[in-house]
Amino acid sequence: MSRLRTTSQPAGTSAGTTTASTEAVPPAGPVARSRRRRFPTHLVVFIAPAAAIYTVFMVYPLLDSLRLSMFAPRDGVQVFVGLDNFVHLLTDDLLSDAFWNAVWNNLVFFAVHFLVQNPIGLLLAALLATPTLSGRGTYRTLLFLPTTLSVVIVGFIWQLIISPVWGFVDTPLLGQSSTALVTLALMSVWQYIGIPMILFYAVLISIPDELTEAATVDGASAWTTFWRVKFPLLLPTVGIVSVVTYVANMNAFDLIYTVKGALAGPDFASDIMGTFFFRTFFGFQLQQGSSTMGATVATMMFLLILAGVLLYFYGWQRRVESYEL
Amino acid sequence: MSNRLGWLAPAAGAVLVLAACGESVDPRDNTDAADSEDTGGGGQVTLLMESWRNDDLAIWEDVILPAFHEQHPDIQVNFQPTAPDEYDAALDAKLSGGTAGDLITCRPFDVALRLYEEGHLAPLTDLEGMEAFDDVARSAWSTDDGSQTFCVPMASVIHGFLYNTEIFDELGITPPETEEQFHEVLDQIAADGSYSPLVMGTADQWEAATMGLQNIGPNYWNGETGRQGLIDGTESFDDEQYVAAFTELASWADYLPDGYESTTYPDAQNLFTLGRGAIFPAGSWEIALFNEQADFEMAAFPPPLPEGQDTCYISDHTDIGIGMNAATDHPEEARTFLEWTTSAEFADLYANSLPGFFPMSDHDVEVDDPLAQEFLNWRDECESTIRNSYQILSRGEPNLENQLWDLSAQLLNGTVEPQEAAARAQDGLERWYQPQQP
Repeated sequence: MSRLRTTSQPAGTSAGTTTASTEAVPPAGPVARSRRRRFPTHLVVFIAPAAAIYTVFMVYPLLDSLRLSMFAPRDGVQVFVGLDNFVHLLTDDLLSDAFWNAVWNNLVFFAVHFLVQNPIGLLLAALLATPTLSGRGTYRTLLFLPTTLSVVIVGFIWQLIISPVWGFVDTPLLGQSSTALVTLALMSVWQYIGIPMILFYAVLISIPDELTEAATVDGASAWTTFWRVKFPLLLPTVGIVSVVTYVANMNAFDLIYTVKGALAGPDFASDIMGTFFFRTFFGFQLQQGSSTMGATVATMMFLLILAGVLLYFYGWQRRVESYEL
Repeated sequence: MSNRLGWLAPAAGAVLVLAACGESVDPRDNTDAADSEDTGGGGQVTLLMESWRNDDLAIWEDVILPAFHEQHPDIQVNFQPTAPDEYDAALDAKLSGGTAGDLITCRPFDVALRLYEEGHLAPLTDLEGMEAFDDVARSAWSTDDGSQTFCVPMASVIHGFLYNTEIFDELGITPPETEEQFHEVLDQIAADGSYSPLVMGTADQWEAATMGLQNIGPNYWNGETGRQGLIDGTESFDDEQYVAAFTELASWADYLPDGYESTTYPDAQNLFTLGRGAIFPAGSWEIALFNEQADFEMAAFPPPLPEGQDTCYISDHTDIGIGMNAATDHPEEARTFLEWTTSAEFADLYANSLPGFFPMSDHDVEVDDPLAQEFLNWRDECESTIRNSYQILSRGEPNLENQLWDLSAQLLNGTVEPQEAAARAQDGLERWYQPQQP
């Protein structure tokens, strides 16, 4: 466009180039600029529905629970108490012991996912991406299937499989404080292994054959090709999978509640933040719930998740190199 | 693709508009519609009854309510249950929204007490027929000082031990009466090796506390004396009688099925009804289900007596009550119904329709089910009490009931010693309960 205007300008020389031409086109300039600056109504129209729903169902409840965490009931009315609830949660040994126990268990729960789900997911993806594999669609579907199951079904089936009464294992894995949490984490890994697998697989099949062929020509073994050529291309996905797992694990609740109940026994060995929050907020059996202390726990969960995600963004995502293929 | 399906959008829109034009009649509104017609015309009043006992729907509709309607044709009561785990929240919402039924089934103790204090439940202290209930029965639905009662006690459950008579006959065992005999019996079954002597698991934690500790405990802390003693602060959990109860519970560990640490309540129920275990520490609510599932004869014995004790105590725990919504439009009719629930006729109907749930009034009731009648007979021989953690003592942090679940399960798992369990329960109480503070 600017090119056309330049030529239509009598005063312009053909060698005048762009700088000269823009200065030399006073009437065309404002028109172009106003067109560029006109309010992008269509963007607002497209964003509005999602923004509205997101605000009403996500942002507002989140902010309101932050607000609620700074209130406490006094004589039947909720009054503003500042950060008292947080001080109480972190200093009252009754609450803080339970809270740190839940945080620690939650980190173990995540560590098991991180250390088991990623390598196995990667292995399965690499096997699926093997060019000579037949029946790939069947394997892919079967491996992904557990992800689509209800957590209640997964909990129920695994409880039966590893039950000393009905199943194949003699040790009461879910009944001992030393094994309960890791067992539950592995049940969850079994269910969700399909997600990292499918994400890794998508990256692996998008790697152009030229790269692997070139590596083969250079004399690299399949092992070297995988680690030197394919793995660096997978690294950004490893990061994304890890952070998504972190967020999901720190919010986890359903499997443990289904299998162990809200008291997350034995001796709170499988108590994670979700179950701790549930008991605090809703109460349990004869224990009355407290919405304000519950909101405080929820806020702490939010802050821990936020910290993890920020660590990922600044510590990992900015450093890892991603390649355009 | 989008063009071919383009006609769908306007079509769907048109369908939606058409649907919106119609006068919607929600089928669930039928009862309400009938209600308003009735009150307007024939003078018949319809009362709605809120409950969490959705298992009992057929019994209420086919047996109990028809008997009431026969005597009071002008009052129609509709039983409207909600799922048990949703009941409290749903009822709260309905009560604050003013849409709750006229009659409210009451949970025991603090949940119902809170509804009364918030003005949702009407006081019923002067209800005719209330004198049929003693203080223990009323305690679950009375203010702390006992001056006001707000629900009619409807049913209680009794703890004891169910046993498989075929196994007992096979091994030549008679039901134990003392604790010493109880352990001999358990040893004998264990020595035979074909059956689990005691069928219970600790995975769900509550069985260990409810069917374990609260089942045998009253014999140690002398029922009401001990329960009131804890509330008054004259007794404490580290007293010897409580340590003895914890010690006896811990000794069960040797007799439980393999892998009991991860055995759940349904697992234990199935093990027993499949005939793989001899004795089931039970609550009377099991009776109906077990009668249906087990193909062998069952019988029951009360908690065995500890050394040198003559009086037996049973946990006869208040479980279900019924009260009146303070905002009901028909208080007179609701009271008429509540008065009927205090009668001998109701007690008889209820006990026989729901074997294992026992009416708490002092009317003499005969239950046809022999197993249920066996439980009921203990009331004449033994002193009744309720679970010691339910009244007042579970109001603070840490929550005593939750603690007892945890500690009882750990006692059986062998991860805590009886002395330590008692000390921890006492520490928990002392943290917040003033009468227990030194």
